[in-house]
Amino acid sequence: MNAGGESSHGPPPSLWPVGFAVGIVCILVGLVVSWPAVAVGAALTLVFGFLWIRDVSRGYSTPPPEAEEQEPSQPALASAAPETSEAATYPRSKFLEGATLGLGAAIGAVVTIPAVGFAVVPAFVDQGQPDIDLGPMDNFPQGEWMITHFQLRPAEGDVTRRVAYIRYNGLADNEPSFTIISNRCAHLGCPVQPGGLIQPDKTKDQKASGGQEISITPVVGLSSFTCPCHGGSYDSEGNRTAGPPVRGLDRWTYKIKNGNLVLITNYSVSTVEGTGANAVINKFRLTGPGQHVDGPEQIFYPWQPPT
Amino acid sequence: MANNKKKSARRAQIEQAVVYPIDWLEERSGLIGGLKYFLFRKVPGDTNWFHTLGSATLTAFLVQLITGVILAMYYKPDPDKAYESIRHITDDITLGWLVRGMHKWGASVFIILLFFHMARVFLFGAYKYPRELNWIVGVLLLILGMLEGFSGYLLPWDQTSYWATVVGININGTAPFLGPFLSSLLRGGAEIGPDTLSRFYSIHMLIIPGAIIGLITLHLYLVIRLGVSSPPWSKEAAGADRPEPETTARRGLTQPAPRKGIAR
Repeated sequence: MNAGGESSHGPPPSLWPVGFAVGIVCILVGLVVSWPAVAVGAALTLVFGFLWIRDVSRGYSTPPPEAEEQEPSQPALASAAPETSEAATYPRSKFLEGATLGLGAAIGAVVTIPAVGFAVVPAFVDQGQPDIDLGPMDNFPQGEWMITHFQLRPAEGDVTRRVAYIRYNGLADNEPSFTIISNRCAHLGCPVQPGGLIQPDKTKDQKASGGQEISITPVVGLSSFTCPCHGGSYDSEGNRTAGPPVRGLDRWTYKIKNGNLVLITNYSVSTVEGTGANAVINKFRLTGPGQHVDGPEQIFYPWQPPT
Repeated sequence: MANNKKKSARRAQIEQAVVYPIDWLEERSGLIGGLKYFLFRKVPGDTNWFHTLGSATLTAFLVQLITGVILAMYYKPDPDKAYESIRHITDDITLGWLVRGMHKWGASVFIILLFFHMARVFLFGAYKYPRELNWIVGVLLLILGMLEGFSGYLLPWDQTSYWATVVGININGTAPFLGPFLSSLLRGGAEIGPDTLSRFYSIHMLIIPGAIIGLITLHLYLVIRLGVSSPPWSKEAAGADRPEPETTARRGLTQPAPRKGIAR
């Protein structure tokens, strides 16, 4: 037993909870930013959690200073002194309290963690993107813009319906070259409209090999894209010319398969220099509307490696 | 005379029949006493109509709760059926137009009353000690009320609600650092998909209302515990006839700690 009675009964001040908290923060930030950070955070949490629990439980193995001498004014305690000293080693009530709280927390965690995970994690799992077959290349005459409707995931129905503006640029280095611009405005995601004469009577509807309906409508004299929501404007290469958008319009990668034009995946674009087949596109990984991919503001968003 | 006596005996019998179940309940639960404590508590003599804005807001919320539960019997949160089910409620089902109208316009009434109630509390200084915590709970309720508006707006699944929600989610997405995380969480993925609508439906009718009910309970508990404040022009000094707390009482916990500098 320790001599002197000035120390308190509570556990001594400790730095372990701070490390524990840093670990938790690391895990949460890592969930957004990168998986290795999650691993580091988990390790920190485990190590500091273990140290913390060891520290707290040590308080019971070395009994606190006796209370008898401090409170001599209560005579009832004096008669019960042998009992208290025995109980002070590890009182049964404390054990039961800890067991109830601990088991309760464990049961709660077993129920809560999968439920919350089910609500949150699927939103962050990359579900991939099936190739979208837009039919024969002949549907896209050289130098003409085509409004093309298709479904991102035909299995999920019309809610995944999207629009791309497609222009065939002819052959470049013996490879067919396309300009395929997403209609999602880079400001807040409204559908941008083509600045040109739309010819709905020349719309071609066709069943693609994927089984979905593709509709292709020509536009004559397309010179710009404009967003109806907040007036964001773009030139025909998707460069921002006016209004609130923070970058250019997103584009699609594509391939030619058995003479058909097939969309693969979309990516974000800061600016485009040049036009058509000779365009130099500053590509970035796909990001949400309104998020900067370049310039000083990019530090506010997850890092986008140029691709 | 005899007739009269008989009548009063019957009256006593009827009274007995009414009082008995109440007494039975009170003896076993204390609920009647609790209700009386809630309804007949003392309020300052110079309260006025502005003090009813809180209960008006509560009433508006109850209207939303009831009409919402009934709308849920007919609404189908599926991208292919949502718009049609709303049209069915409005055009075909008896009184459907009325209940949907109450829910739609009642939503605005709820938010407007929230702000009026907040303005009353602010202008009367009723947020001051010891009622700060109730102000904080009220602000949380305001935020949850706005989230109800945001999540409910998508449910009709027409062009306006769809694109307004796209823009709303993407505005959240532009918040620094956590924005992209938040917008993915709201959409349930990188793109709006078939599950986004039912996700919003669940948030709108289960998660947030549950939180609002819990916070309203806390809000009312604090109102009952701390009492209603007088208007600022009241001639009665606040707490003037409050008995001096006994020395054994735990000051600052069960009794407000006496403060210096307040005119008593």
